[in-house]
Order: sequence, then structure tokens, then C-alpha cells
Amino acid sequence: MLPNFSYVRPKSLDEAVRHLDSPENRIHAGGTDLLGCLRERVFGVAKIVSLSGIQELKGITETAEGGLRIGALATLREIAESPLIRSKYPVLAQGAAEAASPQLRNQGTLGGNLCQKPRCWYYRGDFHCLRKGGDLCYAMVGENAFHCILGGDACYIVHPSDTAPALVALGATVRITGAGGPRTVPVEEFFVPPTQDLTRETVLEHNEILTEILLPPPPQGLRSSYRKVRARRSWDFALAGVALALQFRGEEVAGGRVVLSGAAPIPWRSVEVEEVILGKRLDAETISAAAEAVVKNAEPLAQNDYKLPLFRAIVEEELSAIAKV
Amino acid sequence: MKRIIQLTINDKEYEVAVEPNQTLTDMLRYELGLTGTKKGCEVGDCGSCTVIMDGIPVNSCLVLAMQANGRKITTIEGLETEKGMHPIQKAFVEKGAIQCGFCTPGMILSSKSLLDKNPNPTEEEIRAGISGNLCRCTGYQKIVDAVKSVGK
Repeated sequence: MLPNFSYVRPKSLDEAVRHLDSPENRIHAGGTDLLGCLRERVFGVAKIVSLSGIQELKGITETAEGGLRIGALATLREIAESPLIRSKYPVLAQGAAEAASPQLRNQGTLGGNLCQKPRCWYYRGDFHCLRKGGDLCYAMVGENAFHCILGGDACYIVHPSDTAPALVALGATVRITGAGGPRTVPVEEFFVPPTQDLTRETVLEHNEILTEILLPPPPQGLRSSYRKVRARRSWDFALAGVALALQFRGEEVAGGRVVLSGAAPIPWRSVEVEEVILGKRLDAETISAAAEAVVKNAEPLAQNDYKLPLFRAIVEEELSAIAKV
Repeated sequence: MKRIIQLTINDKEYEVAVEPNQTLTDMLRYELGLTGTKKGCEVGDCGSCTVIMDGIPVNSCLVLAMQANGRKITTIEGLETEKGMHPIQKAFVEKGAIQCGFCTPGMILSSKSLLDKNPNPTEEEIRAGISGNLCRCTGYQKIVDAVKSVGK
């Protein structure tokens, strides 16, 4: 049973922001994460502010500079099937296609996928954990097979999104609107690690709305891909994943990013792998060094050291594959 | 506070008074008696509440009834015509694709949505098409066989 709340469907962004005058007033986009959280009483609610009546939050369009503007309400299915995204930014189309299930991709939005709440079973369950204002992370000494191996600090969630690593890899930015006016934030800085603030996942304030995602024009020689390993072949979160967006000059890696899913409380940029491959041809020696580097700083918990060989293997396989494109 | 929404379900117009916290699943089952749409996990895991909304399958447990205002919904009750069962329903019966039956309405609606778009799917495409629907009897092979037999 869902708790009681009132429901509004504003026609404009300004009107929507005015409805967000209390932290208990919740933004509703696709609803696939929100309704689950409300049903499981993860947080409270007074009013649902539906964004579905705001036309400017929809659509995928090319920008004058040759980049892409994606409205926050674009569904994961639209992202996965968009010919523009598939041809110019395959890593993002693949990330969206690998997320959740067909029904959830039909409903869930890109904006919502970036703003979704952690899937830690203690956080979602009846545990008053650190992230919910309690004083204990139950995963630290409890069942932690699906928790982080990098970037944990007092809280050990993994970030559940498959599109966020792709967007960080591509150097995307998000536009945010609130009572204080609009602002632009690189996706890389949108997520808040527990080392910075345990009580939030993103920089978004309760009275702000993520309105669009902006992709820069694809740089020369860009090749990109997303690989996700999960226990089931569908509708499951990443045990380990890697988003690659690399710029090649000839056979040499001239730049780009390597971003992990299933590894850390935020989409995790593997600077260690990037350092190994930058300026190199992706030969067997470089690839094997990169596979070691990806877990160099990992600190697995009692039940998740199986993730180390997974990450080594997917980095090896994905770098080998992208070298041959 | 209840509000009146207008929507089309199985080609019939409805006006329904709904609460803000009422889901489309609950509205279909409790306000309209359309109990073919099943209530399973209620958090989007199982797909037993699948309906087709404006041409695409969704988990109706994660749709607020108010969101369905002005939309066109197909539930399992909408598939049978005066000529009898829908070919997909017939195939499920003939191939033994129904065990306990709880996942069947959702499976059939996901299959319909796949076949409408892709009339001759490969086995892999069928498995991907029904990947948001769980069968806890684990009778997937016969379900795939049934969908394949309609495709041919």
C-alpha cells in the first residue's frame, strides 16, 4: 500500500519548482524508483509533483555544436533505441539497454536513472542505517556481497545506474533548475560520495529539478562501449561493469575515460586504468597492466572479493574488443 | 481527495474516481473488476501486472492511476474477441505454456507487444521480449515455444 499523498501535475517548470517548497514533496518522473521507495517507506511523502505535463523536459535533439540535448524525461527505451545515440554515443545506448527490464525501460527516464536511490538491502529494508540518519552501516559487517569495493567510507552502497557511468565517460553535463535559477553541473560532479556527505547521493537540492542532459560533440576518433556483468541475464543490477569512451589516434589511445559500475557508491572513474592506457597502443602487455590497475586500490568487504577477478576480466575483454573496432 | 479520470480500456471509455495514491493495478482490479491484471511484487520486479499503455508494456503497479488519465490501456481481458481467444492465448493453451497461470496475463501482453512490432522474432528476441516477466513455475521453455509458434 502506498502512503497517502496529494498529486499535482504542473504545466511549467516554474510552477513545478514552486510545488517543491518542502522536502516531503517528491518529484515524479517515470515513477519506477519513487513508487518502490514510497511503498517500502524508505522516505516520507506529502505531495507528488508529476513532471509529465512539462513538454520542454521531453525529446532528444542535436545541438548546434554537434552534441546532443536529452530531456530528463526521455525514457531509457528512447535512449536505447535512438539512432542518433546508437551511432554517436554507443556507450550510452548500451547502458540504457542493459538497465532494468523492458517494462521499466518503457517507464523509467534518464533523469530518474541518475537520481535513483541506492539498492542496498539494508537501506531499502527496515534498518535505520547511517544513510537514513542512524548510526550503523549494517552492510559493513552484514551481507555485503553486492556492495562496493572502491570509494566506501562508513557507507558501502554501490551506485545502481548503468547510464551514469556512460555519461561520466562521455563528459556529459546536466542542467538543473530551482528557485535560485538554472545551473549546469558536469555529471562527474553530480554524484556525492559518502566521503563527502553520507546523507545524499547527488548535489540536487530538494527544490531543484534535473531538466536536461547535454552531451558534447563526439571527439575525433571516439570509440565507446558499455559492459555489464550480472547474476541474471535480465532485470538485475551490475555486479561489475565498465563504460569506455576512448579517443584513438591511429592505434594509440589519445585520451578518454574509463568508468566503473557496480564498484563504488558513485560511478567510479578508474584513473588507474586511464593512466596505464593513455598514449599507448592496446597491445597484450598494456591490456594486462590495465586489468591489474583496475583493482589496485580496491578494498573488498568480507563477501565481495569475487568482484576483483570480474573487474580484471571485463577490463581485459572490453579493451581487447575496443582495440579491434 | 478523489479525482475523476477519463481513459480508454480495451477500446471502451471509462470515467473513474481515483485516489492520488491508487495505482493503475488497484484501479483496474478493485474499481473495475478487471482482475486479469495480477498483483505480484508491487515494486516492478515480477511483471505480473503488465498492461499495454499507449502501445507499450508497462508495470501497472508503478503507474499511478492519475497518470493514466487520457491514456489508452489494453489488459488481458481486451484480447479475446467474439471470434474467440487471441492467437497468442490459443498458443499458450496448446503448447502447455500455462502452469499456475499467475504470470500468464503479463507474459501474453509482453509477447503481444513484441509480436506487434516483430512478427517473426528469434528465440533470443522472444527471451528478451519477456525478460521483464517472471514465471516462478520456471516454465519458460514452453512459453518461448508458444510465442515462436504464433510468429510462424
